[in-house]
Amino acid sequence: MAGLDEVSAVDDARLGAWEPMAFRGIWNREATNFTRFWKSSTFGSIVEPTINLLAFGFGFGALVSTVQGIPYIQFVGTGAVATAVLFSSVFAGMYDTYIKRNFMKTYDGVLSTPVDVPELLLAEAAWIGLKAGMFGMGPLLVAIVFGLPPSWGMLAIPLIGFLTGFGFALMGQWFSGLVPSIDSFSYVQSALVTPLFLLAGIFFPLSGFPQWVQTLALANPLYHSVELIRDAVFGWQPAADVVHVLVLLAFAGIMALLSIRVLRRKLID
Amino acid sequence: MTAPALALRGVVKSFGDVRAVDGLDLEVAPGTCLGLLGPNGAGKSTTMRMLTGQCIPDSGEIEVLGHPVPRRSKQARARMGVVPQRDLLDEQLTVRQNLDVWASLLRVPRHLRDDAIRRGLDIARLVDRADARVETLSGGMRRRLLIARSLVHEPDLVLLDEPTVGLDPQIRGDVWTIVDGLRSRGVTTLMSTHYIEEAERLCDDVAVVSHGRVIARGAPAVLVVAHAGTEALDCYGSPERLAEVEAVASTYGLPTRRTGPSVSVLRAEALPTSGLEAIGDHVRRPANLEDVFVLLTGERLED
Repeated sequence: MAGLDEVSAVDDARLGAWEPMAFRGIWNREATNFTRFWKSSTFGSIVEPTINLLAFGFGFGALVSTVQGIPYIQFVGTGAVATAVLFSSVFAGMYDTYIKRNFMKTYDGVLSTPVDVPELLLAEAAWIGLKAGMFGMGPLLVAIVFGLPPSWGMLAIPLIGFLTGFGFALMGQWFSGLVPSIDSFSYVQSALVTPLFLLAGIFFPLSGFPQWVQTLALANPLYHSVELIRDAVFGWQPAADVVHVLVLLAFAGIMALLSIRVLRRKLID
Repeated sequence: MTAPALALRGVVKSFGDVRAVDGLDLEVAPGTCLGLLGPNGAGKSTTMRMLTGQCIPDSGEIEVLGHPVPRRSKQARARMGVVPQRDLLDEQLTVRQNLDVWASLLRVPRHLRDDAIRRGLDIARLVDRADARVETLSGGMRRRLLIARSLVHEPDLVLLDEPTVGLDPQIRGDVWTIVDGLRSRGVTTLMSTHYIEEAERLCDDVAVVSHGRVIARGAPAVLVVAHAGTEALDCYGSPERLAEVEAVASTYGLPTRRTGPSVSVLRAEALPTSGLEAIGDHVRRPANLEDVFVLLTGERLED
């Protein structure tokens, strides 16, 4: 075949390790599937945090009028944004990745096309992050209906949700490569996701906890996400917010390394 | 002399204590269809996965479409179509959506995407079912779509891993038509199979694989004549009767093989009338690749 040399020359210039075309291929697959499943996945991801918001907002709201100077329903409403982001990202990272790898064998097919493991994982995590950013807007809109004054900073919520969701999706992927079976996710959920969620200042401020718990919470990326969300809504605090962003970036970076490392071993014999 | 479309040299791959591929050498000339013929566990699937960089060899060299693999497997994958053994279609998507997703994964530029989808629909013969969801398709339609999906970018090399395993004979015929079409368009094809008929009908060349290495290589008809002659006699009966037939064959220096309740005398064209009389009742048939395989390996291909 005379064409072989020609093809190699073109490919040399074009195919690197991180290619937009590979990402676009994965996103096209996800987006096309999303057109089939968007109703059910959107419903679950928005309704549950909204119910939490309303239940806590009105239940506790009757006992507690303000927290840190903010009406309680607005405090918990902004917290519920982080809940929606967390749940829609970490569980998608865990379950979807596990199911596609082990049951549907989707990745066997995808990796036979010009897509490498890091591209596959990062593209899927970015897609989950994007959805998480959108789902985070659900509780925010509900909170607005219940009196949260709209602000320009709210426009940053999808971005914060993306960054947070990206990191947690990667964490979910990493766990999907560690667990021996899909049932083991219940351990992850009880031992890790629930504490992360309760120690993030979503429903109550952490100031009531002993100092060591508060120090521990600084290592919780979700805590930084919650703080960032509240600052976006109630007013930026530049110095602190830069730190929050850096923590979330570092979290995503570490999770990306772990996810790629563990899943490459599982996907490539 | 043109460079081979793919080449494996001294390739070894172990999983724990099991040597799945054990010093495999193989070259496929551009534009030909090569059949990897062997029973389950011979290392065919592992070999296929090594060609796409989804399995990394312990040692040896692999080159696909001029690219060293796994180092530059992505370049090779961009020009390859890989048809998996398992049906990996997206059930909830339509035929068109499946083709579109695969066209974008396989780097078909956006302005050529519609042409690629149309080509896929033609190959799969699903033009009038383009907007049907995959879960509503019959088994044969799904299989055709699974193959067509990997051909939307007009690959130079196509890998088919047991493309007809577990399929009805009629669906198998459909698959053969598609593979035959690839061959007539000059696409290099590597197909693993354990169906004799499939290898004989579709492949220019067959590599017989056993325990992770190639033990014979050649055009099906040539291999058959070289190892099993042109004719075989199948004899049925009691174990004593079969032993008798084997004894007669060996006095004439002819190889035999047992298959359950029968024994086959190979190279039977060389048997004189006296020998035929000594053997008694028999059915004469052309020798085939299965005979070659059993002679060479002592194993059976299950069919």
